[in-house]
Amino acid sequence: MSAPTATIHVTNLSKTFHVPEREAGIKAALRSLVHRKTRDVKAVDQIAFDVTPGEVVGFLGPNGAGKTTTLKMLSGLLYPTSGEVTVLGHVPSRREKDFLRRITLIMGNRNQLQWDIPAIDSFELNRDVYRIPDADYKRTRDEFIELLDLENLVHKPVRNLSLGERMKMEIAGALLHRPQVLFLDEPTIGLDVTMQRRLREFIAEYNRRNGATVLLTSHYMADVEALCKRVIVIHRGHILFDGDFRALVDRFSAYKTIVVTLANHQLDLTEYGQVIAADAGKVTLHVPKSETARITARLLTDLPVDDLTIEDPPIADVIERVFAQDAPE
Amino acid sequence: MKSTIRMYLGYMRLSILQQFQYPVRNYFYMVGMIAEPIIYLVVWQTVARARGGAVGGFTAGEIAAYYIVWTLVRNMNIVLTPYAWENRIQRGQLSGQLLRPIHPLHIDLAYFTGWKFVVIAMWLPIAAVLILVFQPAIQLSLGNVAAFVIALWGGFLVRFMLQWALGMLSFWTTRVNAVFQLYFTIELLLSGRFVPLSFLPDWAQSIAGWLPFKWAFGYPIEVILGRWSPQEIFFGFAMQAVWVLIGLAIIALVWRAGVSRFSSVGN
Repeated sequence: MSAPTATIHVTNLSKTFHVPEREAGIKAALRSLVHRKTRDVKAVDQIAFDVTPGEVVGFLGPNGAGKTTTLKMLSGLLYPTSGEVTVLGHVPSRREKDFLRRITLIMGNRNQLQWDIPAIDSFELNRDVYRIPDADYKRTRDEFIELLDLENLVHKPVRNLSLGERMKMEIAGALLHRPQVLFLDEPTIGLDVTMQRRLREFIAEYNRRNGATVLLTSHYMADVEALCKRVIVIHRGHILFDGDFRALVDRFSAYKTIVVTLANHQLDLTEYGQVIAADAGKVTLHVPKSETARITARLLTDLPVDDLTIEDPPIADVIERVFAQDAPE
Repeated sequence: MKSTIRMYLGYMRLSILQQFQYPVRNYFYMVGMIAEPIIYLVVWQTVARARGGAVGGFTAGEIAAYYIVWTLVRNMNIVLTPYAWENRIQRGQLSGQLLRPIHPLHIDLAYFTGWKFVVIAMWLPIAAVLILVFQPAIQLSLGNVAAFVIALWGGFLVRFMLQWALGMLSFWTTRVNAVFQLYFTIELLLSGRFVPLSFLPDWAQSIAGWLPFKWAFGYPIEVILGRWSPQEIFFGFAMQAVWVLIGLAIIALVWRAGVSRFSSVGN
């Protein structure tokens, strides 16, 4: 049963690709002319989740995990092999106009703007295609130009823009019709740190102002940390985790990092945990999560401690650990 | 309806803007395309003169007129090729189009229609030079010119729809080059592009009458040359309409299956 409030509802969703394959060499090439061999690849296998209106969900997984395939099924570009999907009450694969007017799919490595002409002309085309009333178009366009600092860029041919500038423009163009659901596939790929932050802030602002639902894939943990309260981790087509981002860290971080500053610079702390770094009395230790309280107490009792902090491991390490766990083949 | 017109105007505007982005390149491309008809023109004028002034019912001056109008019709005949279709699928551009709340046929039709206005504007000076050089024999009447304008756009639509339909083969396979080549060869011979159809034997002319190619190419040219009676002209319009409808019917029948196939494989 579909949850009544879900913007995105996915049940038992699977996608299998039939991939042609052959050995190397001319003989094998000739053989493949008469006898074509294919292999079934399950890109997505029986996944299920709901996303409620206004939620920003991070969709995490290594390359080939099934993230993009899922986003394409949700946006209507791919037919599921089996299972059920609804987005805003529509079955995406039917690609009804009313559905397409209310969503957007932005792929960081694909270009939707017209390459040879200024982006402002592509924006006007989108106005006509999405039937945006003039007043709404001007208001949204000006708002995006201001938020993304596009004033000096919209009149330049897209081909003359840098990668980051182009991505800002792509996002602005793709949101002019104020979609209620955003599928963002690696929107910050290849961008520098400043530009990544800029786009993150814009997406967060768009979500806040419009109450839009966002499903985001990214390999940059900073994107996920900044935008997503909830994450879905997918690996080999299966969902390994679906829940609160902090809960993911708690569940999968095997260790904590203790940074201790000592008055005596010569002390050896290897008996307390794995020494990761030691520099001028500042020692960084990895300790098993369950032992954190006990080891901290011992450190404070045994040693002349000037300062001590306890940190969670970097999120990238946590995710790596999630992927490393055995997923069904 | 109003929003569809607005969308059409939007894509036409985009197309015109893109053409103006590289005016010199586009012009040289168009000028370069003149080589083919000039060769035909000179060869057939020579043959006509050698035969005492005419060949296949065309005088040397009429041959010049035929091939000068040919240059416009040829440019109007440029539409989305099956090769571009293949490329569009392979490079994932079709995905972008499928995400838009509009059938890609509308996008392409609007885009190419806009382009044609630029083509006509760019053709006029080329035609002026060709007229000065080759001295065509043509008697223009208001009726013929009006019929020509309709036939010219009708021819564009015929070729557009059939090439679009043919391009959809790319949904299933990328190994159809040979099919495309065969199609284009038959089209070259039986459209009036290679030679006016009256140069061909009777049996070839009657086959051409049952195929779409002539209605996209030779027919508009012969209309403006005044070689067709009013009844024949109206029959030509009807044939163009039939072929446009056949193209549309193929597209309507195949599109859903094609997209379904594309959506199973993806790109």
